[in-house]
Amino acid sequence: MSEMQDYASSLEDTNSRKFETFSYLPAMSPDQIRTQIEFIVSKGWNPSIEHTEPQNASGSYWYMWKLPMFGETDVDTILAECEACHQAHPDNHVRLLGLDNYAQCAGASMVIYRGTPT
Amino acid sequence: MAKKYDAGVKEYRETYWMPDYTPKDTDILACFKVTPQPGVPREEVAAAVAAESSTGTWTTVWTDLLTDLDYYKGRAYAIEDVPGDDTCFYAFIAYPIDLFEEGSVVNVMTSLVGNVFGFKALRALRLEDIRFPVAYVMTCNGPPQGIQVERDLLNKYGRPLLGCTIKPKLGLSAKNYGRACYEGLRGGLDFTKDDENVNSQPFMRWRHRFDFVMEAIHKAEAETGERKGHYLNVTAPTSDEMMKRAEYAKEIGAPIIMHDYITGGWSANTQLAQWCQDNGMLLHIHRAMHAVLDRNPHHGIHFRVLTKILRLSGGDHLHSGTVVGKLEGDRDATLGWIDIMRDSYVKEDRSRGIFFDQDWGAMPGVLPVASGGIHVWHMPALVNIFGDDSVLQFGGGTLGHPWGNAAGAAANRVAVEACVEARNQGRELEKEGKDILTTAASHSPELKAAMETWKEIKFEFDTVDKLDVSHK
Repeated sequence: MSEMQDYASSLEDTNSRKFETFSYLPAMSPDQIRTQIEFIVSKGWNPSIEHTEPQNASGSYWYMWKLPMFGETDVDTILAECEACHQAHPDNHVRLLGLDNYAQCAGASMVIYRGTPT
Repeated sequence: MAKKYDAGVKEYRETYWMPDYTPKDTDILACFKVTPQPGVPREEVAAAVAAESSTGTWTTVWTDLLTDLDYYKGRAYAIEDVPGDDTCFYAFIAYPIDLFEEGSVVNVMTSLVGNVFGFKALRALRLEDIRFPVAYVMTCNGPPQGIQVERDLLNKYGRPLLGCTIKPKLGLSAKNYGRACYEGLRGGLDFTKDDENVNSQPFMRWRHRFDFVMEAIHKAEAETGERKGHYLNVTAPTSDEMMKRAEYAKEIGAPIIMHDYITGGWSANTQLAQWCQDNGMLLHIHRAMHAVLDRNPHHGIHFRVLTKILRLSGGDHLHSGTVVGKLEGDRDATLGWIDIMRDSYVKEDRSRGIFFDQDWGAMPGVLPVASGGIHVWHMPALVNIFGDDSVLQFGGGTLGHPWGNAAGAAANRVAVEACVEARNQGRELEKEGKDILTTAASHSPELKAAMETWKEIKFEFDTVDKLDVSHK
């Protein structure tokens, strides 16, 4: 049995802040980002990109990167937009959403580029 | 042509057995599993059930002739064999919608499972399913917020929500109880939960519990940057007291409260659900006492009926069983009532025990809650069975972690995220579960320790209440 460890998390340490789905896993590799985009496309959801300063991540509204990519199914096009948002805001969290217009709710939402906490 | 009054006892089937009747779209339909006393013809028993659950009594009365009894009566319109069981049969009964007060599951159930269940000509009786016409559904208030609104309120998308029932069930002080909540929430849970029998006992009065738990939520939210909740149980001896506790929960900013809808009663539940809708609160529903009603295959009320009752009465979460944990629940039957909770239209499907098409109209769905004897090793199966629109709730499977609640919570959070990520990649969770968890544990010492702790625990007993399938 592994030896007992302290659970490291505090108000003081900004690295303790999480950002919902997949934030308890290691940061995504480019291949992992691609497979999640493929999943969103396969569900028929509209890809959408948002970003924010890490200290403002807990609100409902992040900055929208352009408009949601309605009807876009080309994985490379979607990936290129994700990268463009990340290039423009390298210190921000960038999240990818799959908007399900039938449920009127995001079917998926995940941070694909992690920002720099301050 | 007016009838003449003819006092005396008539056979039920003369009035209530109508095999040529075509049910109307507005009728409430019921399927009963009937076990008659020996020697009583099926048609007579089915007609008796229709009569005793609607307009009839044992003898003709003159006041029958003051109304249009042929319109108001329940109609036994079909009989079917029960596959694999010759002691009983299914009776299908149609009731005109006028028999029931609008928006009142209390009234519907008082008729359908009232006196008839004690009727002497029956050895046993079970209400298997009800079809509520959409015209009736739309008179009910239903879930206070619904699944999509809950996701938006709590900012949880694309994965099951994660909870934990605080243990020991009874005996903790309010401050120690809040500590247990805080540790779980800071470790990555979305919710902690009052156990069903935590109301307001001498060792922990409700108000102190509410205050300490809210402090736990606020600290954990500030620390993790994520939105958190705790199901504050407002089940109380009177509905006035219940409302008092609900009002206080709202006053201190709690996002979600909890009620036990069977022991607390459907009248109180419907009242609370409407209040929650008016006040933007989420409502978690526990189902204590359900197994008293739904476990016997020949007598009582099937859980799929209790599920429909709750969706109409109102609740955003309902315990559904886990299939894989310590509590009873056949897999196909569970999948059936999970559909009944969440979907807007559910087709008849006898392989899942669903006897009628059910149209829910615009009524929002209820999140099924899987809780009871589950731990990280069950996660791949749970994500596969329940999908994203569910709450997976690990009590002992969080608090029993050798390093404490925060580590236990983190282990479950890592496990659920790893399973969702793998599922999105098209991997088969129940086949590759071990591999998925082991890979995830390589960067999570908390998950690794959890996997070592619960490696050998299984709950492999045969289900008592199986679906009716032929053994011949």
